[in-house]
Amino acid sequence: MSDELCMKEDRVWQTMGLSDEEYERIRDLLGRDPNYVELGMFSVMWSEHCSYKNTRAVLRGLPTQGPQVLQGPGENAGIVDVGDGLAVVFKIESHNHPSAVEPYQGAATGVGGIIRDIFTMGARPIASLDSLWLGDLSSPRARRLFSGIVAGISGYGNAVGIPTVGGQTVFHASYESNPLVNAMCVGVMRHEDIKRGAATGIGNSVMVIGSTTGRDGIHGATFASADLTDEAIERKSAVQVGDPFREKLLLEACLELVARGCVLGIQDMGAAGLTCSSCEMASRGGTGMIIDLDRVPRRETGMTPYEVMLSESQERMLLVPVPGREKEVREVLVKWGLEAVVVGEVTADGMVTLTEGGAVVAQVPAKALADDAPVYHRESSKPEYVERLAAFDTTGVPACTDPGGALLRLIGSPSVASKRWIWEQYDHQVGAGTVIGPGSDAAVVRLPGSRRGVALSTDCNSRYCYLNPRLGAAHAVAEGARNVACTGARPLAVTNCQNFGNPYKPEVFWQFREAIAGMSEACRALGTPVTGGNVSLANEDGETAIRPTPVIGMVGVMDDVELRVPMGFAAEGDIVMVLGATRDEIGASEYLAVVHGVEAGQVPALDLEAEGRLCRLLATAARDGLLRSAHDISEGGLAVALAECAIAGSIGATLRIGGDGGLAPDRFLFSESAARAVVTLEQSRLDEFLALAGGLSVPATTLGRVGGDRLCVELAGAVGTGTRAGAEAWRRLDVGVDALRAAYEEAIPCAMQG
Amino acid sequence: MKLGIVVFPGSNCDRDVQTAARAAGYDADFIWHTDTSVDGFDCLALPGGFSYGDYLRTAAIARFSPVMEAVARYAALGRPVIGICNGFQVLLEVGLLPGAMLRNTSCKFVCKPQRVRVEVAPARTPFTLKLRPGQVITLPIAHGEGNYYVDSETLEELELGGQVVFRYCDESGELTAGSCPNGSLGNIAGICNKAGNVLGMMPHPERAAEDILGGADGRLLFDSVAQWVQGGGRIVR
Repeated sequence: MSDELCMKEDRVWQTMGLSDEEYERIRDLLGRDPNYVELGMFSVMWSEHCSYKNTRAVLRGLPTQGPQVLQGPGENAGIVDVGDGLAVVFKIESHNHPSAVEPYQGAATGVGGIIRDIFTMGARPIASLDSLWLGDLSSPRARRLFSGIVAGISGYGNAVGIPTVGGQTVFHASYESNPLVNAMCVGVMRHEDIKRGAATGIGNSVMVIGSTTGRDGIHGATFASADLTDEAIERKSAVQVGDPFREKLLLEACLELVARGCVLGIQDMGAAGLTCSSCEMASRGGTGMIIDLDRVPRRETGMTPYEVMLSESQERMLLVPVPGREKEVREVLVKWGLEAVVVGEVTADGMVTLTEGGAVVAQVPAKALADDAPVYHRESSKPEYVERLAAFDTTGVPACTDPGGALLRLIGSPSVASKRWIWEQYDHQVGAGTVIGPGSDAAVVRLPGSRRGVALSTDCNSRYCYLNPRLGAAHAVAEGARNVACTGARPLAVTNCQNFGNPYKPEVFWQFREAIAGMSEACRALGTPVTGGNVSLANEDGETAIRPTPVIGMVGVMDDVELRVPMGFAAEGDIVMVLGATRDEIGASEYLAVVHGVEAGQVPALDLEAEGRLCRLLATAARDGLLRSAHDISEGGLAVALAECAIAGSIGATLRIGGDGGLAPDRFLFSESAARAVVTLEQSRLDEFLALAGGLSVPATTLGRVGGDRLCVELAGAVGTGTRAGAEAWRRLDVGVDALRAAYEEAIPCAMQG
Repeated sequence: MKLGIVVFPGSNCDRDVQTAARAAGYDADFIWHTDTSVDGFDCLALPGGFSYGDYLRTAAIARFSPVMEAVARYAALGRPVIGICNGFQVLLEVGLLPGAMLRNTSCKFVCKPQRVRVEVAPARTPFTLKLRPGQVITLPIAHGEGNYYVDSETLEELELGGQVVFRYCDESGELTAGSCPNGSLGNIAGICNKAGNVLGMMPHPERAAEDILGGADGRLLFDSVAQWVQGGGRIVR
């Protein structure tokens, strides 16, 4: 019996993650039965990870255009113009499943993959960020995954020499068995150096450069597209092994090739390795490609064509050099201690053809692999919980009896608390460009040879997204914009990582569809198009899914990094103001979750117009040098924002809130109304600032002044706690900055000591 | 004034040293690790990073780079050589400075601003002319293996010979256990050779050479060696 017959008998495609219908579609496209190698190639290219077959139809709704966009989705990374002839390249990508199985290598290779996506475009990477989502730290498993993931990011990123400048980390039980590791990288280059992943010029050489090919990571893309069941976890061989030293060498070698003008087209071998890079480069170039597998440098003996094509060995690139420069390419790679081998050439027939020992072992139309995956319109239905949890009535929530204690609990809860334990393990300074580091609203990195800087943040509130995916995703965009605006930057564009459960469940697909709709709406309103990203589905262990987690990576630009605005209170006597309107919106809040143990209610309303005006106000005021500090108000509301300003500046404040508008002080302190920020400024600049705020119709309320070593807030207005003593407690919130710092800084180190 | 920055495969602070040197007003060029000559440079810097991935042991392979023979000859002539972080580890491995680095006692990489106390008179090394004994400066550290170790006999020699140049300390200059970020013997952050022309230090002066990076104390080291070179390689008072 032939191999093909065996395959049909056993329905081998099913074990590779392909459905019977998909197998039929492959037969139709080829006009024959695929052989084993070809089937393997289709299975990885048609996995959700590579093809977006379940999500493509929905993702078409995203806004991707704008005058600032030099490269939108569809390439290795997006590119925006930041002025001065400079372009910023950026992308975020998930490495969730590998990190669940092997946290150190999973996270490390996630970082490595995204770094390659950036320098593949011709840019020098200047910053990384990581959005991490883990189970509750009371769980030993969550702690093990957490420390392994952080160590992996540290071990890889530090060695490659790219500063890890920011990100976010959130702890919630829904991530217990499915941690999320979303790695973002940002690079800079001159416009003329942009390189793309297209194979052009019939007869041009095709080279494999970088590392050798081994058996690691085979079927990684398929693994990443299935539920994380116990059986899947056994597939440890699907996790790649990273070598940051080789990555660093490859980075320098590639940038040297770009500088020498040797590169016509180049693509990283990431997910689906040689299969993906060859068919995508040919497809983009409208060409074909013939590759002699015997010439691909190996690190193991006896590898079959199937293994060579599906290996996800790291730190490799597929390159089409400028004709005649092959020798020079080789010299540069050898100088950096790496391999560079001509393995084939660009052809006119549109086919990816693979040979071994002179015989053709696979021949598939490049477009069939890269572009002809089926597009599914998945069934979607609103989960039952949505209406039920939204109906939770917050008016019945009594105020706690101790506002200071509530604040300390909030800033001491791991999701809100200081992430110093994490970012002190990251080299956040290498590159001598980090001018605002981790622990702020957004990081700011200056661009070499320019006064300009980029402000970077990652954002998502997955409780909001669980309760109302559409509004929650829009909040993530708005918070990203607000975060970069607080540093004085103009929000420019976003990349995104859509983390969800199993898309075959209509309830999960509904969450995804709603989130994309909300994200689109917010990106349109705020003028921040989507330049790329990735989708990670099947984040569930067979029973429970993660909360919907659409992570937004926001990039902003400022013209002069000298005018950046810090987060912390700056000087005694400065005026403290809250910008934006505070409403009774404690639904879905951190306060409700941490202090009252309830994760329900209405997600705060979002006025995208108001968000846009607030961002303009913050960026303009920064440009005019009016602000001494600015900090976004988000999880934990005004109270947490004020505490963070005091801790960051090591100075307190004396403030008075409430009494006007009838909003009770507990709501004023802990409501999470959007479009707000805390700013401080010198008395002498107050009139100028108020005129600016008035012109943009941004409400600006003076709360008091910076000074002293306590955060002291006089609370006006009545609060019902049910007891006289409770009501008395709500006259004043008064906590020492040292006590705030202790709660904020010690939470994660304490939790990690078990 | 021209600084030569030795680049090993895996060095990653080479460009930062160049940026800082240029900010201090002098030329700075790279020297590839396979070069066999370091002629034409007034000072050499071995930058931070992960030479050869720091696989096996930090800097264990970099010591065999061809350029290191030329660096040793240059140092033997009494000319200034500074090794920063991984560069310090290279100087230890190659024997230009005594001792070895262990993993930080926390077993974690640590990146943060660190207070450091100056332990020597200005003229002790070309890099300390603009510093004074007892001065507390702030420099960033970023390492996983900065826990300096040396046998007790050599330690005594270092102490008596005035070869301990920097120690980790708290804001008031006290050498507390809590102010030592990695477990180093005697809170040692930097040492020089007997002659004083070779300095190795774990903190990164190049990351603190401009106010916008959070501090400019590191600039003092760059300015010191420039003054030393301009004075003809002698101490200018």
